[in-house]
Amino acid sequence: MQRLDATFSALADPTRRAILARLALGEAGVMELAAPFKVTQPAVSRHLKILEEAGLITRRVEGTRRPCRLAKDGIAAVDQWLTMLRDALAANYDRLDAVLAAMEPQERKEKS
Amino acid sequence: MTTKLTLTTEGDTHVVVKRRFAAPPETVYRAHVEPQLIQKWMLGPDGWTMPVCIIEAKPGGKIRYEWSDGKGGGFYLTGECLELTPFSRLVHVERMHLPDPTPDNHVETLFEPDGAGTLMTMRMTLPNAETRAAMLASGMEHGMEASYVRLETKILGVRSAAA
Repeated sequence: MQRLDATFSALADPTRRAILARLALGEAGVMELAAPFKVTQPAVSRHLKILEEAGLITRRVEGTRRPCRLAKDGIAAVDQWLTMLRDALAANYDRLDAVLAAMEPQERKEKS
Repeated sequence: MTTKLTLTTEGDTHVVVKRRFAAPPETVYRAHVEPQLIQKWMLGPDGWTMPVCIIEAKPGGKIRYEWSDGKGGGFYLTGECLELTPFSRLVHVERMHLPDPTPDNHVETLFEPDGAGTLMTMRMTLPNAETRAAMLASGMEHGMEASYVRLETKILGVRSAAA
């Protein structure tokens, strides 16, 4: 249960979600992960520590580097994100339903 | 009639979205090519608006959509219309500017009669698997906050089922 809390709070931060998105493309080091963000390397290292503790990434030692990759739990989280995209699209199309409903009576008037 | 949206991945580079609408294909098609209609629904999360909506509905016609969160934040999309078959099929290409342009997303949208309504099928083709992964991740980012509670419920459900 504790782990679940850690997973949710780790996912609640946009920078950490962006780091996970980057890792979905493959293993990366701290330098590469820090590059797209306006944050310092120590800040990224702190994010990585949180992600690691949440079970979303794993890190291995390679000389002085500690490259990161998505953990299995991370993959599961990405699957959940698919659901999020579906929800965002669903919101658009729910609005479209209302737009279409408003268009139709006008249409019938034009045709009659 | 169920209007539930389905979103599936296909092969390495496709994303397919299906959705049913109560209105006939002509109406749904128009809502995809007329700017004043698009501006009413293609908005993403609550609170966002589309102050600029340009679409020249002809082969080679330009597309430009700009979104704003009303607090100085925003991004835009550009693209081109490729093929238009009123009121059944649209093909266009689009890219997001964040602000660097994302790789081209090739989109075919079909509008088929479904009883008195329409079955819409939108098939997106990305240049490669990496681009698709990145696109899905950024799209998810967009809808994340509003749906966070539901995410929590779903992950909890998934985890307890797996345990």
